[in-house]
Amino acid sequence: MTETRDITLDVNGKRHALSVEPRKNLADALRDDCGLTGTHVGCEHGVCGACTVLVDGRAVRSCLMFAVQAEGTAIETVEGLASEDGELHPLQQAFWDKHGLQCGFCTPGFLMLAVGALRENPEMTDVEIRELVSSNLCRCTGYQNILTAVRAAADVMRAGTNG
Amino acid sequence: MSAIGRSIRRIEDRALLTGNGRFAADLNREHQLHMRVVRSPVAFGRLVEVDASDAADVPGVEAIWTAADIAELPQIDFRMTKITGMEPYRQWCLAKDYVRYVGEPVAVVFANSPYAAEDAAELVFCDIDEVDAHLEATAEPVAFMPETMPGLLTEPAVLHKSCGDLDAAFAEAAEVVELELKVGRHTGVPLETRGALAVHDAATDTVTMYGAAKVPHYNRGAIAAMLGLAIDRVHLSEGHVGGGFGIRGELYPEDVLTCHAARRLGRPVKWIEDRKEHLMAANHSRDQVYRMRAAIAPDGFLLGLDVTFITDQGAYVRTHGATVSDLSAALLPGPYVIPAYRVAGHIRLTNKTPAGTYRAPGRYESTFARERLMDAIAARVGIDRLEVRRRNLIPESRIPFDRGMDTLGTGVVYDSGRYHDLLARLEAHVGWEELAASIAERRAAGEMVGLGLGYFIEKSGLGPEDMVRMRVAPDGGIRIITGAASVGQGIETAMAQICADSLGVDTARIAIVHGQTSLIEKGMGAFASRVTVMTGSAIKIASEALIEAALDIGAKLFQVDRASVAYKAGEVRVASSDRAMSLAQLASAWAEQGGLAAEGTFRSDHMTYPYGIHLAQVRIDPGTCDVLVERYTVAYDIGRVINPMLVEGQIVGAVAQGLGGALYENFEYDEAGQPLATSFADYLMPTALEVPEVFTLVREDAPSPINPLGVKGAGEGGITAVGAAIASAVDDAAGRPGMVTRLPITPDRLHAWLA
Ligand code: FES
Ligand code: FES
Repeated sequence: MTETRDITLDVNGKRHALSVEPRKNLADALRDDCGLTGTHVGCEHGVCGACTVLVDGRAVRSCLMFAVQAEGTAIETVEGLASEDGELHPLQQAFWDKHGLQCGFCTPGFLMLAVGALRENPEMTDVEIRELVSSNLCRCTGYQNILTAVRAAADVMRAGTNG
Repeated sequence: MSAIGRSIRRIEDRALLTGNGRFAADLNREHQLHMRVVRSPVAFGRLVEVDASDAADVPGVEAIWTAADIAELPQIDFRMTKITGMEPYRQWCLAKDYVRYVGEPVAVVFANSPYAAEDAAELVFCDIDEVDAHLEATAEPVAFMPETMPGLLTEPAVLHKSCGDLDAAFAEAAEVVELELKVGRHTGVPLETRGALAVHDAATDTVTMYGAAKVPHYNRGAIAAMLGLAIDRVHLSEGHVGGGFGIRGELYPEDVLTCHAARRLGRPVKWIEDRKEHLMAANHSRDQVYRMRAAIAPDGFLLGLDVTFITDQGAYVRTHGATVSDLSAALLPGPYVIPAYRVAGHIRLTNKTPAGTYRAPGRYESTFARERLMDAIAARVGIDRLEVRRRNLIPESRIPFDRGMDTLGTGVVYDSGRYHDLLARLEAHVGWEELAASIAERRAAGEMVGLGLGYFIEKSGLGPEDMVRMRVAPDGGIRIITGAASVGQGIETAMAQICADSLGVDTARIAIVHGQTSLIEKGMGAFASRVTVMTGSAIKIASEALIEAALDIGAKLFQVDRASVAYKAGEVRVASSDRAMSLAQLASAWAEQGGLAAEGTFRSDHMTYPYGIHLAQVRIDPGTCDVLVERYTVAYDIGRVINPMLVEGQIVGAVAQGLGGALYENFEYDEAGQPLATSFADYLMPTALEVPEVFTLVREDAPSPINPLGVKGAGEGGITAVGAAIASAVDDAAGRPGMVTRLPITPDRLHAWLA
């Protein structure tokens, strides 16, 4: 068998001890070894963004990063967004309310992309939101409702922090 | 308040939002093997030998198969086609004698991990005597497999349809307009690639394939037949599906191979395709050339139309057979009278990926062709582009309109339509006069801006029938089992709304179970915008039967006669009394006697035809020759709207896909037949920066008279006329009527046209 390495990944605040081949990408490690299949793989070459997760708060395409590189970082995935009691994150709620998903395959990637961006800049303009959303692909929605959902969530989140 | 017509949120969303979806790649079974396909690296050649000796040495490899190892598997059969003579062109599960496209499965490797399977697959060596690739469908047909099937040419079929007296039309014509038009090669490309997990139960010799989509019942029968199993020994189970758009319904070689391997190797077999494979092995679509001759009266009325078109169906004829060509031929005349029409549709094969259907198959292409012709007639006769359409649209007085031809085995009869009315409504909605004036003003100031439109007719609700079963649980929950399938279009919500409406209960109580062949014996799946019409109607019929059953049970329990009980909003009540029982109470009280349940079947011999208009406003950047879509409007009459939010979502998503085919997406090949678009860096799908805001005008002015709900399918009309409308708008922006003759309108093409 090919050589493996023992690593520990911190995902959504939980520690996962894994033994992975050095060439295994983070998306596969999250899905196969941590059992977190909410992170999806749509292209494996860094274009679609379905595999987007947050690594130390920044949006990263997990298909383009090796699992071994993620050791010592804090990883966040879609499974960590809703609170323990099941209350949806404002972005999840907005995607639901605004019909921001159809097949839902791209959704985890868009959610993580937007969570990261809104944390960094809660004051995003519509132009900035469109720019942001253009970094991932969705084949079902035509993006309109994704844009509306991110806008709505941004407003809710800002109101939450200011008030 | 009626549950129909309300924008309620989808019941299917919560799992998808929280990362709890169950897509094919998310499924695993203990001890599973991973399958990897070895694909042909060349476009055309004689397959001499496959050497897997090095690959077999890779640790973790359990088996490697070539065609010789699966000699018992027949070719993959057609699903629905009446055309005969195409059998020799069907694909084998693994290439035999010849390879005919880059990406064709030649061998399969089974290993303990996906990484090992991929490593081993790279070591399988294919010895192929290459032959010159045949890549032009418009060129004379050549030999399909020169040495093994001499004399068999790459033109499996030519379809002919006609109506009216064409010679008389041309004799009477004041003008003859001729056009040649081409639609490029593009396809659905859902964000989830293909995949499957097949599990064999040795005790009962039953194979279950998870991850099936769109037409589980049909594919189950086909797989059982190929594996030589009784139909009840194969089950298909659908989980979440990451988009359909046409490519999913295909029965692919890989589907059959996973099932066969699970049975033969005695372990579960998982197969997940990568994106590169998807772009060269899942069905392509479109790729048609139209040659049209039109006989015109002096006022622009189209007297007769003579059309020859060629469809490049790639390397083999897959399960859809002649479907795309058949639909193109029958629906090309669209919403116009056209008293005489003759069409010949050539199905041709080349050394490219096999092609099948893509959302609005045959209509996207033929609408582009027909609407280009309408613009050309307007230019020739010197009338406005709206006026030429007004003069040719079928008047309300002639509805229902029988085209005198058939498609997919049913006569083309437009069931309802108010075509002039919708055009007038769209003009009012967008303020056509002012809009045109503002565009003229900008053009005068030097901008290259323009407007374009395309009128279309869609079809939906293909029969023959759909059946559902409905049961009320003692807790009041209502479970509906349907053989329909979901490809992410929100059918659970829409179907629950129809049931809730008929029964007068809350949608939250209703659960829809779909895509499970083990739970219901019949089902047509989801294709051709059929679910709302067929399954929705069956649900309405079942709901009505359930009310009757509730009344029967209620009368017995209250010991009154049947005429003195009435049903309302989830309750059976005895007339002029306060005695009442809820559905839940009836179901529990009657549990011993079989409970409260009903069945509904809806049959239909005819399709129903929604229709609409696309209006595009574009600007050409003279520096880069990019086309920027500034604004897009779709007017669409779908008879009756179940959930406006879902309908709008379907329209907007489909427009985005249509823009991809009109402006960006194209499967290019080099002269050796190597595909050049095998990643998302080369196959360019629209992002949020390319898709403009889409406005919708959804109407219910022409309900369908041929189903109990009045509905028509809404899933495809958002894409149908995009190519047509964008081409018309680009012509207008360039001030050159008739300039755009092919799609996609890429910057280099536009640059050449403008030069
Ligand atoms: S899967 Fe990572 S970007 Fe597409
Ligand atoms: S919802 Fe299907 S890809 Fe975005």
